[in-house]
Amino acid sequence: MTAQVADMGVLADRGALNSARLTQDARRESLTFLALCSPGLILVGLIIVLPIGWLFWLSFFDESGALSGANYARFFEQRSYVRTFITTFQVAFLVTGLTVLIGYPLSYMLSQISRRAAAICMIFVILPFWTSVLVRTYAWLVILQRKGLVNTWLMDLGVIDQPLPLAHNFTGVIIGMTHILLPFMVLPLYGSMKSIDTDYLRAGMNLGASPTATFWQIFFPLSLPGLAAGIIMVFVLCLGFFVTPALMGGGNVIMWAMRMEQTTSLYANWGAGSALGVVLLAVTLGLLALFHRLMGARATSVWGG
Amino acid sequence: MSAAQSALPISMRGITKRYGPVSVLADLDLDVAPGEFLTLLGPSGSGKTTLLMIIAGFVRANAGSVKVGGEEIITMPPHKRNIGMVFQNYALFPHMNVFQNIAFPLKQRRVGAKETATKVGRALELVQLSGLGDRRVDQLSGGQRQRVALARAIVFEPRIVLMDEPLSALDKSLREHMQIELRSLHRRLGMTTVYVTHDQREAITMSDRIAVMNNGRIEQLDRPEALYARPKTKFVASFIGESNFIPVECKDGAVWYDGQRLQTTSELPSAGQHWLVARPEKVRVAGGASNLNGANVLQAVVRDVVYQGDSFLCYAVLAGGEQIALRDYCRSDVLSLIPSAGAQIRLQIPAEDTTVVTER
Amino acid sequence: MYSDQALPISHWRRSWLYVTGGLVLVYLIGPSLIIVPMSFSGSTLLQFPPQSWSLRWYEAYFGSVEWRDATIVSVKVAVMTTLVATPIGTAAAYAINSGVLRFSGFIQTLLTATLIIPVILVGIGTFFLYAKLGLNNTLTGLVIAHTVQALPLVVLTVLSGFRTYDMNQERVARSLGANRFAAFWQVTVPQIRFSIVSGALFAFITSFDEVVVALFISGGETTTLTRRMFTALRDQVDPTIAAISTCLIVLSVLLLTLAQLLGRRRS
Repeated sequence: MTAQVADMGVLADRGALNSARLTQDARRESLTFLALCSPGLILVGLIIVLPIGWLFWLSFFDESGALSGANYARFFEQRSYVRTFITTFQVAFLVTGLTVLIGYPLSYMLSQISRRAAAICMIFVILPFWTSVLVRTYAWLVILQRKGLVNTWLMDLGVIDQPLPLAHNFTGVIIGMTHILLPFMVLPLYGSMKSIDTDYLRAGMNLGASPTATFWQIFFPLSLPGLAAGIIMVFVLCLGFFVTPALMGGGNVIMWAMRMEQTTSLYANWGAGSALGVVLLAVTLGLLALFHRLMGARATSVWGG
Repeated sequence: MSAAQSALPISMRGITKRYGPVSVLADLDLDVAPGEFLTLLGPSGSGKTTLLMIIAGFVRANAGSVKVGGEEIITMPPHKRNIGMVFQNYALFPHMNVFQNIAFPLKQRRVGAKETATKVGRALELVQLSGLGDRRVDQLSGGQRQRVALARAIVFEPRIVLMDEPLSALDKSLREHMQIELRSLHRRLGMTTVYVTHDQREAITMSDRIAVMNNGRIEQLDRPEALYARPKTKFVASFIGESNFIPVECKDGAVWYDGQRLQTTSELPSAGQHWLVARPEKVRVAGGASNLNGANVLQAVVRDVVYQGDSFLCYAVLAGGEQIALRDYCRSDVLSLIPSAGAQIRLQIPAEDTTVVTER
Repeated sequence: MYSDQALPISHWRRSWLYVTGGLVLVYLIGPSLIIVPMSFSGSTLLQFPPQSWSLRWYEAYFGSVEWRDATIVSVKVAVMTTLVATPIGTAAAYAINSGVLRFSGFIQTLLTATLIIPVILVGIGTFFLYAKLGLNNTLTGLVIAHTVQALPLVVLTVLSGFRTYDMNQERVARSLGANRFAAFWQVTVPQIRFSIVSGALFAFITSFDEVVVALFISGGETTTLTRRMFTALRDQVDPTIAAISTCLIVLSVLLLTLAQLLGRRRS
């Protein structure tokens, strides 16, 4: 690229040939392209921006219609809300931790085996990803409920006398959500592990590092962008998750999204529900922004791949 | 398909292109004669490809005029410009076979099936690919793809032909072969052609005239021989061929180096600090006493001698510290004059082989 | 084929890794697989493996007017969503990819925003808006809402198709006399068609599997299959759902296989 600044004053005498027409053409072209995007933009504006903006507005009015911060103050005053937030973050941290714990070894294995074997194993990751959340939650209900598979087997084997409480409680929510969100951890992790040049590892070993040291000093740091992407994705999805806790929690585990559904559908309290939504969105976007700030350009490469 | 009699001139005026505050082309004028093969030569970022894209209509200039045979085309959409274009990577359509690729421009012009077959056949013949019409694109070699792209660009008898580094993807020997072939094809068809390359050797081999571009401006527009023999700026001298640059001062209508008056047949620029250009193969070793009173003899110290088989390169350092390269064939009479590194040497530069150029 | 890249660590020393990885894979795929044989169980008790085999739960599924209607609604909505979202998403991806628009990054963020915005918020918001517009419990409303959900996948899939496509192809077509649309239709579409079809498949399955938004805005005659399943599951674990789930799994497998095959042809 040349680095000359444009104001050279050379156009004055010849009156910039055709420049008006060319500017007009350029404007017409960008309008045409904007028109191509406009159906999508209009729909997103209608379904996402407008209603969410509306809810945002509503959240600042109490039930009598007066401007107030009551809907937000409620979060700190009512114990049930506080409990909801605590539960939500407990679930989010636990599920994120579990997906790291079991997703990392799986991704590591996928990155080390042959391309063909990895492709076959990836089917196991992708297929659940594209199976309805409802179907997978149902499967876990069948497996974990009081008279479900696990309890029947364990009792048949005489390991236990009483059925274990695995479903309709916190445990069930954690097991189900970990299963459903695991692909969101594995996909970016595998992507970033796959892009690690094996030559680095070879070099590390040639320089005398043990396999364990090579892993921790070379491989692990290089896989961090993918790990970070997976963590942020799973955590953010956990915060707003609805289907699995609603079905697996049996009414005992009230998470953020469920509280929103209850306040709006059951109690028709739009102000309170909206306030919950506003904070949820703010936390979600805040975490994503923080992630992009921390990871910088590397983040986009992980999401892109 | 003989366009020689109907070839059109291209006339560009005031072409200006900016990307934000960065000026890529600044008020550029260029005329291409009917039937001429003109090459835009320059390093990457010099604006040569941008200029080509403006002619083709894929980049919109901020201002300017491009006239082909007197008709303004800069405000036309690309598909109405009637310009044949060959891209660097050929851009053959992989979902069509060779015939369909070449017939594509005819199909857009709603040419009948029979006429299409005739024209495509003739175009294939012209690029020596007769009988390959049914081949898939991925069954072709690099050189064959190049020819298909060429046939596709000329089959509809465009007003002008543009080529954007069309040979850069080929290996060296094939590239040199295709240069000759493109040149002779151009001679036969006689279409006005604008060719973009960063390879000065390719430009010199093929072009009627070369426009050397740098920083969005045309530094010099001339025939290849003239560009080589009489560069006007330091950039042109360094970009085309190898050059020695001797810093000189022009005053009183003469050229001075280190207090010594040098002879030159070159036009002299205005007074001030300039450069005297001498090509390595024009620099001679001043042997024995016979040549001592000749002009332009400079004292130097040999730094290194590099043998290159048929020729050798001798690097010597002038009194002012500038390095001078001298190239000659390995003949015993010449070799005998070359002292070893560290020895004194006298270099002579014939006045008719020197050019004085400005810094820019 | 990969051995040259593997590290000089014996497979034996890494057996722990393969065991762990294998177990995680079983955890991932197991639940879906267990459902399939159970759906052919002859008893009302969900047992694995089933004591007796029958098709009674499939008969219950296909025999029930409610389930059948819900399935028809879901198929209708998914097909219409695919037909709407695919051209809209492709057009937007083309415009974003062209580089003509100054704010293309922002436009892409907006169009793919539904990927990160909590679905529950979209559901509540859409319900609130539709209440004013009278679009709740209508097919139109469902199709619009699902189109917005499916749009990001179409846009991203088609954009990734453009990434491997050489835009000079379209330029050369235009220089040869095709206008922009003809060049797009005759030269670009045939080369990115697999991405477009993959995007369409993703749009279909996104709509077909969508629960949360449908929970708010579908009901009565326009109750979708997933919404009905959700309601049924809240009450009790009905074995009919095992049969429906099996059908959904088969659908996912089919669509995914199709997308994979197309992906292979693309590369």
